[in-house]
Parts: sequence; C-alpha cells; structure tokens
Amino acid sequence: MPRFAASRTATRTGRSSRLALRVVALGYLALLLVLPVWLVAWRTFAGGVAPVWHSLTSPSTIHAFKVTGIVALCTVVANTVFGVGTALLLVRHEFPGKRALNALIDLPLAVSPVVVGLALILIYGRFEPVGGWLADHGVQMIFALPGMVMATVFISLPLVVREVVPVLTEIGTDQEQAAWTLGAGRIQTFRRITLPAIRWALAYGVVLTLARALGEYGAVAVVSGRLVGKTQTVTLLVEQRFQNFDQSGAYAASFALAAIAVVTLVVINLLRPKESEI
Amino acid sequence: MAASNALLDPPDAATTDRRPAPVRRRRGVGLGVGLATTYLSLVVLIPLAAVAWRAGHGGAGGFWKAVTAPEAAAALRLTVVSGLIVALLNLVFGTLIAWVLVRDDFHGKRIVDVLIDLPFALPTIVAGLVLLALYGPSSPLGVHLAYARAGVVLALLFVTLPFVVRTVQPVLLELDQEMEEAAASLGAGKLTTFRRVVLPNLLPAMAAGTALAFARAISEFGSTVLISGNLPFKTQVASVHIFNQIEADNTTGAAAVSTVLLVVSLAVLLSLDVLQRWAAKRA
Repeated sequence: MPRFAASRTATRTGRSSRLALRVVALGYLALLLVLPVWLVAWRTFAGGVAPVWHSLTSPSTIHAFKVTGIVALCTVVANTVFGVGTALLLVRHEFPGKRALNALIDLPLAVSPVVVGLALILIYGRFEPVGGWLADHGVQMIFALPGMVMATVFISLPLVVREVVPVLTEIGTDQEQAAWTLGAGRIQTFRRITLPAIRWALAYGVVLTLARALGEYGAVAVVSGRLVGKTQTVTLLVEQRFQNFDQSGAYAASFALAAIAVVTLVVINLLRPKESEI
Repeated sequence: MAASNALLDPPDAATTDRRPAPVRRRRGVGLGVGLATTYLSLVVLIPLAAVAWRAGHGGAGGFWKAVTAPEAAAALRLTVVSGLIVALLNLVFGTLIAWVLVRDDFHGKRIVDVLIDLPFALPTIVAGLVLLALYGPSSPLGVHLAYARAGVVLALLFVTLPFVVRTVQPVLLELDQEMEEAAASLGAGKLTTFRRVVLPNLLPAMAAGTALAFARAISEFGSTVLISGNLPFKTQVASVHIFNQIEADNTTGAAAVSTVLLVVSLAVLLSLDVLQRWAAKRA
C-alpha cells in the first residue's frame, strides 16, 4: 500500500513539473521565434494586400529577385555536382589525403560570412594579382555576379556532401556491383542504381543549399559592392530599404523571404520521412 | 564530364577483373580527387590563406597592433563574451526544449518541432528585422533591447537556437527509459535520476551543440546588423567591425581581426572533434 501512495504522489509532482517545463520551453520559443515573426507578418499586411503587392512588383524588387535567383541557381548546380562527386569519392574510393579532404569540406561552417567576403576580395579583387589578371582578360569577379556566386558557393559548400555521404555509406555497393557484373556501364550504373538510392538525401541537400543561397547576406554584402539595380539581392534590398526608413518596403521583401523559408521547412519535413524509408 | 563519369566506378575491381579497367579507373579517381581539390582550393582554401597572409602583412607587430586597437579589441571582447553567454543559455534552454519535445506530449508538438529549424531557414537579415519589430523602439511589449548589448545576445540566441536542440533530441530519443525506471524504483528522486542517469548520457551531445552554437555566434553578422545599431565600443561585434574596416579600405586590419575569429572557431571545433573521439573511444 505505501508503495502505491508513493508512486501516486510521484506522478502528481511529475505532472506539475512536466507542465512547468512545457510552459518554459514554449514561452521561450514564443518570445524568441513565433511572436517576432508573426508581428512582422501582421504589420506587413496592416495596410492591406495592395501596397504589399505594389512593393513586391516594383522594378527594383523584381530585379533583386532576379539577381538572387541567378546566384542561387548557379550555386545549387555547382554545389550539387561537387557534392555528389565528392561524396562518391569519399565513400567509394581510397586515396591519399582523404581524411584531410573530408575535414576541409566542413571548414566553411566555421567561417564568418564577412570573412568569406574578405577572403574572396583578397584573391579576386581588381587590385590583387589574380583578380587584376582576370580583369585584364575581361572577367570582373568582385562587385559582379561571379564573385557573388563564389561567395554563396563557399557558404553552402558542405550541405549536399553531408546529406549524401551517410546514405551512400548505408546502401553499400551490392547493387552497384550486380549492375556492373551484368554489364552496365558507369553512367548507366549511376543513373539507374546509385541516383535513385540517394535521391531523397540529394533533394534534401539541394533544398538546404537553395534556402541558404536565397538568404545569404553577409558574404554577398561584402563581395557585391551593393550596387543598387545591378548586384543588389533581396536580402541587401531589405537592409537598404530599412536604413532608408522605408519600413513597409523592407517588411514586404522580408515577408517574401520568410514565406520562402517556411515553404522550405515544409518541404524538408516532407522529404525527411521518405529518407528513412530507404 | 568525362572526369565525373570516372568517379562513378564501382569500388571493387577484383570481382570483375576481366576488364582492363583498374589502371584507367585509378586514373579516373585521381582526376576526380584533383578536380574536387581544385574546386575547394579556388573557392575556399586559397582565399582563406590569403586572409592569414594579409594579416601578417605588417609583421607580428602590425598584427598585434591591429588586433589590440581599442575598437578592434572591444569588438572582439564583446563577440567572445556574448558568444559565451549565448552558448550557456542555449545549453540550458536547448536541452530543456529537447526534453519537452521528446518526453512531453501536447497538441501541436509536431509544429513546434518543425519550427525549431526556422532560424536555419530564415535569412539572417530578416531575423534581425523581426526581432527589431518586437524588441525595438516601437515594441508593442514595451521591451526596448535595440542598440544595446542585450539586443546582440537576443539576435545570437535566435540564430543559434537549433544547435543544442537538434544534437540532444536524437540522443534523448534513443535513451533507454528502463534505466531511469530502475533508478526510480531503487528510490532515486527525479533530480537524482536526471543528474546521475540521464545527464551523463546527454553530456556529449550537449557539449557538441553548445560548441557549435558558440562557433556560429562569434561569426554571426546579418542578424546583428539591424538590432545592434553597430555602435563602436558598445554593440559592435567583430564581424561588423571587419565589415567596416573593409569598407574603409583597411583590408590588413580586417584580415587581422578575421584571423583571430578564424583561429578561435577552428580551435573550438577541433577540440570538439578531439572530445568526441575521446568519448567514442571510452564508450
């Protein structure tokens, strides 16, 4: 009997402490995440939908979205090719320096975006030897799209590799070897066996890269020169409008970016369970 | 294209050794490694080396002078101190949130779980903007943290939220609850059970998440730009200081402070790696 009584009080105190923990956790998340984002969404539409639409379809906003889109697309393509290739190298082959390569891929995660920008300027800036040589041959890197793509590639470099490597390790090589024995070529084996097996992990990595590329601010702010109407991305537009006391314009562009972020989250969460089905 | 095809070779040449492929295949792998290394070098390694190189432009004395200049030193101090505060707060609240997400059950838990990743998906400049809306001069709550150090900490808390939660959560999910039940049946109280049974199992993950949050916090730029007001000696963090130095064409000074930041975050990540290897060996 006493044991029962003890366990009952234990569950009662357990329940109240559990409730307290829940309130603290949810309160923290509400104050830090939910309320601020909700407030901006609410203030964006305080004057109705028309001004928001007007602001989002203004030539400067459309241009900024175009620049962001081009940079993001180039980044995704470059890092997907590099990511899949490097993941295959790291998982399927032995070569000297493999551990070093594996470690260096994570390096971009430890670097401040501003330092990324500075690093690229110091090599590809017009007054540096390499950048000067390129400029003489008609290729402008800094304050132009190539430099912005490079900065974004730097920032998002590990994302695809780190998603694909664990799946490649897990699926092993049995099926690839079977296909190989049955006379399939390299491309055929990759297209018909390897690619379908890694497709969800790859899609996850691509979505992460895309989100990171669309939202990059610091590295692009340094490298682009923030030339309005030329190299201004959407994140730079938000900052410029805010500093110019155009709050509604900044809110409208921010809302568009936040909406993309939320869609990204939903897509990622739809991809996640499928990944574990493999 | 030819090179990337060469990467796709099946690994075990011995099973199909009728083909004269091994030599070609090895060359393919070499080409692939060469391409990957070149790509990594052009985008990441050579530019980063240039930062360290430029930092040493004025010799050791010049480097020391640039790093200990009053404005640079103040920015570095603020960055490290606020990074430590943010890491500690994340350690507590991140573990707590992970606990609630794993052990508690309530309506909308799945949505909360998805929301944790929002700071990773939201552009940092937008993060700064939304925080400024709620905690800035026109705050509906009457809490005014903008242009103060508390605002910097707030912005860093926002962007680093997922690290501890996402490292502790999976470990907590895997943790065998029978151990805790055993401890409880032997008369251990809730706190004792947590301290003696749960905590030792969570510690490696908590340390990893906290270290990652710290490394991210000291290198953060976008989210602090709007809310901090970038007041030198007061709210200017190291990356904003670097940005201003670049704009002022003082790349040598910028490179010096950048090198300090790089060394600190690399040291944190390396010691984390060593710690994890050590923990894995012991386990």
